Amino acid sequence: MTDASQKTATITRAPALSLGQVLPWVISVIFLVAMPTIFQSNSAITIMNQMMITIVFALSYNMLLGQGGMLSFGHAVYMGVGGFFCMHLMNIVETNELPIPLPVLPIFGGLFGLGLATIVGSFSTRKAGTVFAMISLGIGELIAACSVIITAFFGGEEGMPGDRTYFMPFFGIEFLQQIEVYYLIAFWTVLSTLLMYLFSRTPVGRMANAVRDNPERAEFLGYSARWVRFFSFSAAGFFAGIAGALFAINYEILTETNLSTTQSGVILLIAFLGGVGFFFGPIIGAIVFTLLQSVLSLQSEIWQLYVGALFLATVMYFPGGLAGVLMMHVPAAKFGKLGTLVVPYIKTLVPAIIAIFGLAALMELLFHVRHASAGDDEMTLFWTTFDSHSVLPWIIACVATVGGFWLARLSAPSLREAWHRANTPKGRPA
Amino acid sequence: MDLVIINLIDGLFYGLLLFMLSSGLTLIFSMMGVLNFAHASFYMLGAYFAYQISMYLGFWMGLLIAPLLVGVVGALVERYGLRRVHQYGHVPELIFTFGLALLIEEVIKFFWGNNLMAYQEPEILKFALFSIGNNAVPAYKVFMIFTSVAIFIGLLYILTRTRIGMIIQAALSYPRTVEALGHNVPLIFMGVFGVGTALAGVAGVLAGPVLGTFPGMAFVLGSIVFVTIVIGGLGSLWGALVASLLLGWLTTFAASSSFPFASILESFGMQRPESLSDSYLRDLWTLTLPQIGPILPYILMVLILVFRPHGLFGKRDV
Amino acid sequence: MRIPTKFGVTAALALSVSATAAFAENIKIAFIDPLSGPFATTGTNGLAEFQFAAEELVNKKGGVLDGDMFEVIGLDNKMDGKESLINLQVAIDQGAHYVVQGNSSGIAHALTEAVNKHNRRNPDSQVLFLNYSAVDPALTNEKCNFWHFRFDANADIKMDALTDAIVQNDEISKVYLIGQDYSFGKAVAEAAQRDLGAKKDSIEIVGNELHPIGKVKDFTPYARKIVSSGADAVITGNWGSDMVGLGKAIIEAGFTGPIYTYYAASNGITRTFGEAGVGKINLVGEGALNPAGSPEVDEYVDAFEAKYPDHDISQPRIANVVRMLAMAIEEAGTATDVVEVAKALEGMETDNFWGGKIKMRAEDHQAIQDVYVMEQASGLKHLLDNSDYGLETAVKVEMASADIPTTCEMERPE
Repeated sequence: MTDASQKTATITRAPALSLGQVLPWVISVIFLVAMPTIFQSNSAITIMNQMMITIVFALSYNMLLGQGGMLSFGHAVYMGVGGFFCMHLMNIVETNELPIPLPVLPIFGGLFGLGLATIVGSFSTRKAGTVFAMISLGIGELIAACSVIITAFFGGEEGMPGDRTYFMPFFGIEFLQQIEVYYLIAFWTVLSTLLMYLFSRTPVGRMANAVRDNPERAEFLGYSARWVRFFSFSAAGFFAGIAGALFAINYEILTETNLSTTQSGVILLIAFLGGVGFFFGPIIGAIVFTLLQSVLSLQSEIWQLYVGALFLATVMYFPGGLAGVLMMHVPAAKFGKLGTLVVPYIKTLVPAIIAIFGLAALMELLFHVRHASAGDDEMTLFWTTFDSHSVLPWIIACVATVGGFWLARLSAPSLREAWHRANTPKGRPA
Repeated sequence: MDLVIINLIDGLFYGLLLFMLSSGLTLIFSMMGVLNFAHASFYMLGAYFAYQISMYLGFWMGLLIAPLLVGVVGALVERYGLRRVHQYGHVPELIFTFGLALLIEEVIKFFWGNNLMAYQEPEILKFALFSIGNNAVPAYKVFMIFTSVAIFIGLLYILTRTRIGMIIQAALSYPRTVEALGHNVPLIFMGVFGVGTALAGVAGVLAGPVLGTFPGMAFVLGSIVFVTIVIGGLGSLWGALVASLLLGWLTTFAASSSFPFASILESFGMQRPESLSDSYLRDLWTLTLPQIGPILPYILMVLILVFRPHGLFGKRDV
Repeated sequence: MRIPTKFGVTAALALSVSATAAFAENIKIAFIDPLSGPFATTGTNGLAEFQFAAEELVNKKGGVLDGDMFEVIGLDNKMDGKESLINLQVAIDQGAHYVVQGNSSGIAHALTEAVNKHNRRNPDSQVLFLNYSAVDPALTNEKCNFWHFRFDANADIKMDALTDAIVQNDEISKVYLIGQDYSFGKAVAEAAQRDLGAKKDSIEIVGNELHPIGKVKDFTPYARKIVSSGADAVITGNWGSDMVGLGKAIIEAGFTGPIYTYYAASNGITRTFGEAGVGKINLVGEGALNPAGSPEVDEYVDAFEAKYPDHDISQPRIANVVRMLAMAIEEAGTATDVVEVAKALEGMETDNFWGGKIKMRAEDHQAIQDVYVMEQASGLKHLLDNSDYGLETAVKVEMASADIPTTCEMERPE
């Protein structure tokens, strides 16, 4: 896991804010503000809300995995417990008519997440590696199991519902509509992202990297590896709690699935897919995964198979995740040679994509033939409807797969060469 | 008393099943230093392969062929997957096996669907061998117990008494030295991974008819297998055996008891409230031990990790 | 089995396009249930039943109103509360006024809550929630609302019928209750205790046990306790692999009495029990197939089996949902003003598709209908799971629990 911050870590003094540092944030904010005017339907807004909640959660997870080197199999617990507390708070506000506006709720969620993380972290952060992973798994299973046993707090299987509209109106906004909730979540997403980014720049954040890479050396420098891990862990719990509160606000219900180990596994998948080595990696992962989940699942019944395959391919071939792939192009861009890559890319990637689609078509055909009801030979794939029992679609899919693969292999060497050339500074022989 | 004896037998059965899984896992761990998250998935593959084979060739051929197939799949995964990821470090390895577990489950669903498979034990073993009280003990379970004991003895013999076992043991501790002596260490790794997964396959073949063959069977058993080897001490075969039996009996006796938590609360001098629905502790008042039985292993694991990180028999930290 | 996906895509991607404008003449019914993941079988089965019922019972007969057709849109909730709420939003955006769901009372609770809030906040796009399978009694009691209708008999009603069958059987004097540790499992145990105590003093409950849901690997210890307790019959609300694991362990441990269940059929369960389940596995449900209520039912089931050989009519009430919705729309004269449709549905009394009558009680929106206790048997006309086994009616309780009390205090819109 190479890390961008490792390279920048050599810069010792904090430089003044430059345009390059501020620009991504400004663009993100403008983007977030503009999105609802492009996608207006409530379901689109709900999906975008889901995306932003996942972003906060994934970033908080990456404070552990990417920045602290702690592999957790139970991170959903902190988000869930934070959310459950917020749900109770929501109900208390409703019954007692407390003068609290809804937008401050995430602070409470964060504090509850922080509280749980401090308790668990006090003993789980002594060691990193497998010990930490296994403790997190054990705690995760424990709390998930409690969620169906202790119904007074977790509401059992029905979960804990609430109503966000009973909070004190916030400048006249009662959060009846999804769009109002969208801007609330957007605000908190930007704020938490900024805070998490700043945390990674603090000495503690830096030391987390050092402890991840070499705990012994960090100890020799006089830092307690355990305390550094503990601080990262608590901070991650805080932001997970914020994500939980945002979830509570958006869906107005929390259920036991919020705490399940499946949820913890999904966030690991998201963070890794996006790239744990870069701060913005999990953001990409969250966006891509939410889209896959809501769009691909409508297209295909075997979408989880594709996600699994994509994940495994990422682990094997792109351990830096999607962010890693993007950042691979930075040197070439610096040399001003990014343009030279376009044509070789098209030559290789287009056949490769055709091959992948062909393979997916083969899988869908096979799945349809095996599992569709008898007599239902008609299937729709890539916006065309045809008979899955006839030979032609199979031939087309096979040809696409084999042909695409063959073409991609054929042009791969020239891509490799172009890549090599693009990554060589000007004036030096390739 | 009858119930205690029968619980001992059932616990032994479940413990030995766990052992068939954990022995392979612990071998793989001590060799490669990575916990194979997908180990239970190989167990599931074993059950499905055996089901498919038993449709054509009968149960016994399934028992013979399916573990071999699983072993081959395992060896291929090691050769073309794990070995590649190995260079990135342990955490990506762990994540790789995690992803593999997801993928195997999806592949199973792709081919066999979501339904339960009607995978049955062989007719010849479908009778009650003996009864204690009214409780019948099926012959098939006794057969399973003997099979797993035989596997354990065989494994122990190979590891401690044969030349190949010596080389494996040496490769576990000093891979570079062994390599320098002219042995092909990557090949040994691949072989051990194959054998470990094949053992999981055997467990799947045997357990499929009893515990059900369905796509969630790996998930249900998956994490408990780690718990076993963490408690037993990573890399220790004896530890795996002891922890498996311990967990087998623990869960069996917890499930068969009916100890109420109300008695603990009462021993603290608390009064059972008149109306339970108003009490914040209402869940504790109605809780019984069987309800939390399946999470006892996790509590045990967390305690062990906190107080004795190398487990019961392990020589090194997790 | 291809789910109509185009609409999902329009909703998720081409979001700026208002989907309501596209196909206004179709009456959309959004089916929100698991279509992928471990519970997909139940979900896809339900979707097939809905689409078949809409086609056979409404569209082939010329639709409703001025030839408007029913269109069932499958949305995959992945058995997750959060996804269900997103799906609800997608459904509303597409102009669906009717949402059907059934798997998991937990999700039903989340949906009924969300529908209630949505309808209060958005009076111009209200929806009805037609619950075809979630049986937690709370949904038509303390958690009831005007927008929710339940077409299945709830857990209490089913238990009432089940205990009727048990007290008729003189061989049963000791009963063991075991279930999953969550709201439904607890509701079943409570109802069984209450009903058995009230109906027959001599019946003794020798065990009342809850086990963690989906976490038990080996049910043998539980089976041992049941056998040792000397029970004559077992009652369980278990479903899925918990049902199979428990049932197999009980039978293997040498138990010979009947096992009374809610969900031990179809989705591979009938086939897995096979011969061992014959005469032992009993199931309580509405809508019996063997014998069928009328030749029309036989025809309907045969046609379904011919079209979907891998599916079963495992949830007969679905036919009633579709039929009664069509009737209510006709009576209200509108498909978009759901308040009118709901008022037409309230108190509706009509022929049950599966025989007898069915009545939608106005005070709590709970359907009252005949409930059957059925037994796994072989050599039947309609079989399940492509196996040699099916369910045969053993006891029929007419208009079960027609006067069951409810705590529902419904707020009705003006």
